[in-house]
Amino acid sequence: MAEKDVIIGLEVHVQLNKLNSKLFCGCSTGYHDSPPNTHTCPVCLGLPGTLPVVNRRAVEYAIRVALALNCAIQGETLFYRKNYYYPDLPKAFQITQYDFPLGLGGAILIRGEDGEEKRIRITRVHMEEDPGRLVHAGTIDRAKYSMVDYNRCGMALLEVVTEPDLRSPKEARAFLDKLRNILEYLDVFDGNLEGAMRIDSNISLVGGERAEIKNISSHKGVEKALAYEITRQRSARRRGVAQVQETRHYDELRGITVTIRTKEEAHDYRYFPEPDLVPMRIADWVPRVEAELPELPDAKRERFVVDYDIADDHAKSLTSEIRVANFYELVAKRASPRLAAVWIADVLKGELNYRDATIDRFSPGHMVEILDMIEKGKITEKGAVEVIRTILDHGGDPAGVVEAKGLARAEDDAVMEAVRAAVEECAQAVADYRSGNEKAINFIVGMVMKRTRGRADPGEANRLVKEALDGAGGA
Amino acid sequence: MGASAEDAVAALFGKIKRSRLNAYNVLSEDLALERARDFDRSPWSGLMAGVPIAIKSCISTRGIETNCSSRILSGYTPPYDATVIERLKEEGAIIVGKTNMDEFAMGTSTETSYFGPTRNPWDLDRVPGGSSGGSAAAVAAGEAPAALGSDTGGSIRCPASFCGIVGLKPTYGLVSRYGLVSYANSLEQIGPLTLTVEDAALVLDVIAGHDPRDSTSADTPGGYLSALDRGVDGLTLGVPEEYFGEGVNPKVERSVWDAISKLEELGASWKEVSLPHTKYALAAYYIIAMSEASSNLARFDGLRYGLRLGADQDWHTTFSDIRAAGFGPEVKRRVLLGTYALSAGYYGRYYLKALKVRTLIKEDFERALSVGGADLLVTPTMPFPAFKIGERIEDPLSLYMADVFTVPINLAGVPAISVPCGFADGLPIGLQIIGRHFDEVSVLRAAKAYEDATPYHEAVPKEVV
Repeated sequence: MAEKDVIIGLEVHVQLNKLNSKLFCGCSTGYHDSPPNTHTCPVCLGLPGTLPVVNRRAVEYAIRVALALNCAIQGETLFYRKNYYYPDLPKAFQITQYDFPLGLGGAILIRGEDGEEKRIRITRVHMEEDPGRLVHAGTIDRAKYSMVDYNRCGMALLEVVTEPDLRSPKEARAFLDKLRNILEYLDVFDGNLEGAMRIDSNISLVGGERAEIKNISSHKGVEKALAYEITRQRSARRRGVAQVQETRHYDELRGITVTIRTKEEAHDYRYFPEPDLVPMRIADWVPRVEAELPELPDAKRERFVVDYDIADDHAKSLTSEIRVANFYELVAKRASPRLAAVWIADVLKGELNYRDATIDRFSPGHMVEILDMIEKGKITEKGAVEVIRTILDHGGDPAGVVEAKGLARAEDDAVMEAVRAAVEECAQAVADYRSGNEKAINFIVGMVMKRTRGRADPGEANRLVKEALDGAGGA
Repeated sequence: MGASAEDAVAALFGKIKRSRLNAYNVLSEDLALERARDFDRSPWSGLMAGVPIAIKSCISTRGIETNCSSRILSGYTPPYDATVIERLKEEGAIIVGKTNMDEFAMGTSTETSYFGPTRNPWDLDRVPGGSSGGSAAAVAAGEAPAALGSDTGGSIRCPASFCGIVGLKPTYGLVSRYGLVSYANSLEQIGPLTLTVEDAALVLDVIAGHDPRDSTSADTPGGYLSALDRGVDGLTLGVPEEYFGEGVNPKVERSVWDAISKLEELGASWKEVSLPHTKYALAAYYIIAMSEASSNLARFDGLRYGLRLGADQDWHTTFSDIRAAGFGPEVKRRVLLGTYALSAGYYGRYYLKALKVRTLIKEDFERALSVGGADLLVTPTMPFPAFKIGERIEDPLSLYMADVFTVPINLAGVPAISVPCGFADGLPIGLQIIGRHFDEVSVLRAAKAYEDATPYHEAVPKEVV
């Protein structure tokens, strides 16, 4: 629920994991299934004497994102050093941006708490390198030792910072969902990869001090942590406990946030311009990057309505995720676009959500087959839902599932036969119907379904029974 | 000729091992002899085919320890070659070993080395200058025909001056810094230390040029060796008034004026110029260098390479202990001062202000060297000749002051060479010739003309075994 006194701003770290190489060296980004410390080189390990060289493609991707978030691209941009000691940071400084970031002053639209579209302002978008990753032997507070994996070290990150425009945990989640959608549309980001997006949330109550909840990687986690934090801050205020500005950690298992450090313990990062890199005049790059921007969600939605003649609600639902939109277009080329829209937006997406699964779990080919069977009357709508559920839960292909579960719709002859037999068998019900008790027909239809073991379409059976009775009566 | 490369290299190592100078802290004898034997079997071509060369200990060499004369990096062997090393190898050079230096290049005397001071071959009680003191002493004493040094605020020119040899600090961006262990990234360059200007031009031809691994490196035409013999006829020399007078040894001053007269004889003209912001150069230089150093040296925590003490404690304790034990006092002083200068609340007062001074100094040089002004500037390299070991080490400020004529050149980013121009009480004096950005050609041809007309580069120090 939106509450007037809640103020939330986000800092989202986005890994540009669709790049082939890291931000300042040639190491490959495809480390996710590799053993630790196998995607490293002297540069990303920060060996003495090595120098960074900017991956120009990463800058292009960053400009792409900044443009899609409606930011003003700065004429000249440069990198800074952020100095601090941590074992996952082999140079003891992170190359990041500080003054003169890549993009400033953007905004995107989300669906606000009241259901209306709401504009969330973007303060800045900047580039930086990802540190490595610590692996603790046990839990973070009890581990006897930790190990460090530098595979991730030097991956290109974008930091997207919002203004404090969000008013509820749900809005924060809506923002993150929309941001992810845009990033995937831009083809710079794969949200399914581990560590792809990490979020720091700033939250305060009006008049109170701000808490920053660090490093949550799931949108749902952010929503829950913020909800907890609102309760905690309200309760502290009620009890008259003074809030201090602090950094907190979200403990996912216990569903609570805990203090890491207060403002007094804050680092002095001693930012200064990175002397090994030269300023980049990126203003000249913008026209070309802009020309290559792919179709964004809102444009795709309009095109779907026009090209496929589908309802705007369906188009909106189908374009809310690039994978779903691509899935739909594949299917719509080989089946009725309108039928496909209904079945993907209303049925498949619901079944996926229920299972917390993504569209990658379902094959467009299978969807085409199912739609074909529906159109040709080979299965009922109920049967089609059953096929989708079975494939999601147990695998298999549509024809196989229909066969194995006996979901094939009864042939018309067989249904007619069953109708004839049922009318003969249920003399009493026939008599009741004819004497004006319309409900009596249900009993006969039930008999038809029983005889066809459910494969008849109930509506169709009803129509045929009615026809048989009325026809006979009129004869 | 006639002798094999192997014999020559073996003889060189014999000489190095008999030496009392402590010019090297790592010898790569096996690798060098193996390469010399390869060369004897099937000689290769190249600008430096079969020529031995000594490398300052802060330039990364694959398979050869690169310790920056610091305890914290003792035992660290890089898995890669610096770009300059790759280029030397491509042109056939043979690496003899790594030369002693002030720890992490922080010094003017090579006394801050963890491996003890290097001695000056002209007087064993005196310093060879620094920080590339090992490279200069080795070349002066015939322990290597050429060496690479690095120059952040005079670290090539000072020891070249003190040891009576040639040392060139190229324009910032001319030589790739990839593989040079950073002290102050925005100031330093790798350059040659040699017995003659011709050798310096040859080494520069090998190491200069754009490197995609160094974003601050520039593309340049090269061709230094072939441009050497053009003489000084028609060149205008600028003599900056701020580089003479108070604090300068009179014998040094006289030698430099004699050199100016000699160049005039050779066809150059001269005029007085002014570099008005010279007096602010030292302060700006040390703030910038220490600030960058505090960040560069933070990575030495013993976690991935370098010094490891006994049993590990928690992370903070372990790396603090390693840094406390691994760095010498001068390094600690500069890291602390640099950390302070970059801290919140002081950044604007120190670092930003130093950058502004740097711009003013750069403009001084651009004005003095503008078209219609001087083509080159000539000054003393150092205000005095080599001082005694231990004489100044307890007084860091007096050591910092010694850099007064060399640091402005690094702040401006222009090229400068030091060539021998006389003696004061048996100790060499250096003449500094400064040029426009990327105009190494004029610097080298003036130095060559002067060298051809004078005997100083032929003098041989006492301590040559």
